[in-house]
Amino acid sequence: MTREEVFEKINEVFRDVFEDDDITVNETTTADDIDDWDSLEHINLMNAIEQEFDIKFTMGQIVAMKNVGEMADIIISKLS
Amino acid sequence: MHELEYPFDNNYILKKSKSLKKALLGDGSSRITKKIAVLGGSTTHDIIRILELFLLNYGIEPVFYESEYGQYYQDAMFPGEELSSFNPDIIFVHTSNRNIKEYPDMNDTDEVVEAKLNATYRHFETMWQKLSDTYHCPIIQNNFEAPFYRLLGNRDVYDVHGRLSFVNRLNEKFNEYARKCAKEGTSFFINDINYLSSCYGLDAWSDPMAWHMYKYALCIPAIPTLSFNIANIIKSIYGKNKKGLVLDLDNTLWGGVVGDDGVDGIEIGQETNLGQVYSEFQDYIKMQKDLGVVLTIDSKNERENAIAGINHPDGKLKEEDFVIIKANWEPKSENLKAIATELNVLPESLVFVDDNPAEREIVKGQLPGTQAPEMDSPEHYIRILDHSGFFEATLISEDDKKRNEMYMANIKRASLEESFADYGEYLKSLEMTADIAPFEKMYMPRIAQLTNKSNQFNLTTKRYTQDDIEKAAADPANITLYGRLTDKFGDNGIVSLVIGNIREDALHMDLWLMSCRVLKRDMEFAMMDALVAKAKDKNINTIYGYYYPTAKNKMVKDFYLLQGFEKVSEDAAGNITFKFDIPEEYDNKNHYIDVKLS
Repeated sequence: MTREEVFEKINEVFRDVFEDDDITVNETTTADDIDDWDSLEHINLMNAIEQEFDIKFTMGQIVAMKNVGEMADIIISKLS
Repeated sequence: MHELEYPFDNNYILKKSKSLKKALLGDGSSRITKKIAVLGGSTTHDIIRILELFLLNYGIEPVFYESEYGQYYQDAMFPGEELSSFNPDIIFVHTSNRNIKEYPDMNDTDEVVEAKLNATYRHFETMWQKLSDTYHCPIIQNNFEAPFYRLLGNRDVYDVHGRLSFVNRLNEKFNEYARKCAKEGTSFFINDINYLSSCYGLDAWSDPMAWHMYKYALCIPAIPTLSFNIANIIKSIYGKNKKGLVLDLDNTLWGGVVGDDGVDGIEIGQETNLGQVYSEFQDYIKMQKDLGVVLTIDSKNERENAIAGINHPDGKLKEEDFVIIKANWEPKSENLKAIATELNVLPESLVFVDDNPAEREIVKGQLPGTQAPEMDSPEHYIRILDHSGFFEATLISEDDKKRNEMYMANIKRASLEESFADYGEYLKSLEMTADIAPFEKMYMPRIAQLTNKSNQFNLTTKRYTQDDIEKAAADPANITLYGRLTDKFGDNGIVSLVIGNIREDALHMDLWLMSCRVLKRDMEFAMMDALVAKAKDKNINTIYGYYYPTAKNKMVKDFYLLQGFEKVSEDAAGNITFKFDIPEEYDNKNHYIDVKLS
């Protein structure tokens, strides 16, 4: 899966979770950029991402993740 | 909604909760509103978010109070203004083994372990009593899931120092409390997360990451499983269980097609593997019947063949276990509709059980709201029906156990009715007797349940909790009456309720409802006569009746006129006020029921 394809899927998950078709995330998107992305929604979001890519983040990865770009890095590393 | 029916896709629900909620709220169905206080020993945010969906799907619109993180005990014992003024209809205490403060230590003597066990139990028991005294509402309490590790290996389950042993003993104490409450008629229910977590898989359920990252006592994907289980208890408390099963025959209750294979050719009984599977399923269905689930048949078959199959000597179910048997070539949805009419219930209170996906689609398409679980392969039939929670038994009343007999008796009444040219003669032949009396303690749960599930013959559609009912009964300014009707075919149970409030020398009817299955039996008149007698005892000469229209109670719009009331006023919303001046000489309106009024 290319990085673009990964982002494509990540976008779909964001749109589902936040019920907002206008969301488009990029490498530097963080929780500050999306209104409803609080610590509670973050849990739901992580779970939905894991399901979408059929992967499991470790606790260390979730704690360290700084932005969507880093999330994509981890996803790609797990897929390969 | 299909997405919320067992076996649902947990992750889909979690991800799509916002759009599912929107769809549910936009479906135009009417719902009862209930206030639910969730007191958590761990994070509850997503549990509530998903619980809301399942409740909306069950016709209940919840309003939630959520305790601050981990504050279940403080909230219960020292309630703040917010919870007190919230005044919950239901309290759900979401605790887990993470909330057990003191586990046994390897060096503890038996006495010390015992003391720890009792201390932990008392922490909860004190809280339940406090909640019960303060709010007088049903309490739903989690039991404990098994610990996710066993320090002593297999010994952990029997050595008193083992955490597993400790948790199991605590759970048994919870169960004892629940049994005691059931006996006393107090509403206390265990949400069995011990069973849920074992079905789900304990290792997955107890994912330590969910705890250490988010302070969830269960893994995120298991949340819908938990919320569904809670919703089943709540909808059952409010009388929203399903009433019966509409069963297919070929490849549902036995293997093969009786019309083609003959009675000797169908698979049922101990002879073959498949036969054993169907036997176990028939056993399960028969046990459902003993709990009050009404059994009916809806099969595309020649009737003769169907009956022969049902009476197969190795079958567990027999012809007499079924209240109605429709075996013909009509569309199954039509048969189901006819079954609902004959039973006097709504089609959506029946569950359609059929192995054929095409038939299920037709039924669901023709009768929206009627559930047709995916019975894909016979070895899964029991699990699918069982885990769907259609018949969650929060309350097992004598009426429930006799339900099949009651419906059977109804069918006999109907056929008797047809044999009489004169309706009065028919009523006479029923040899009806009724007990009418003020609300009694032992019937309070049933009475509260009736107020929550009666929709059609219900003048004010006022919903009461058990506590409301007890208060109404204790209030000297109220006249409360329940009516129990018996006839030569059996006991119909409590079928009618009235509550009237005395204000300024007049009686104002807060509630008047009756079960539709005793419609046109003079029971509504017997209740009126009893009410008039009680009013006269209190020197009341005027009764005001109120009709508040809903989507379902059109049938009683003219009820008070029929009782001799006159219309006083009607507002723009269609709410009507009626008045009845009790004459000096009141002639009883009921002529067919022998009433015992106490």
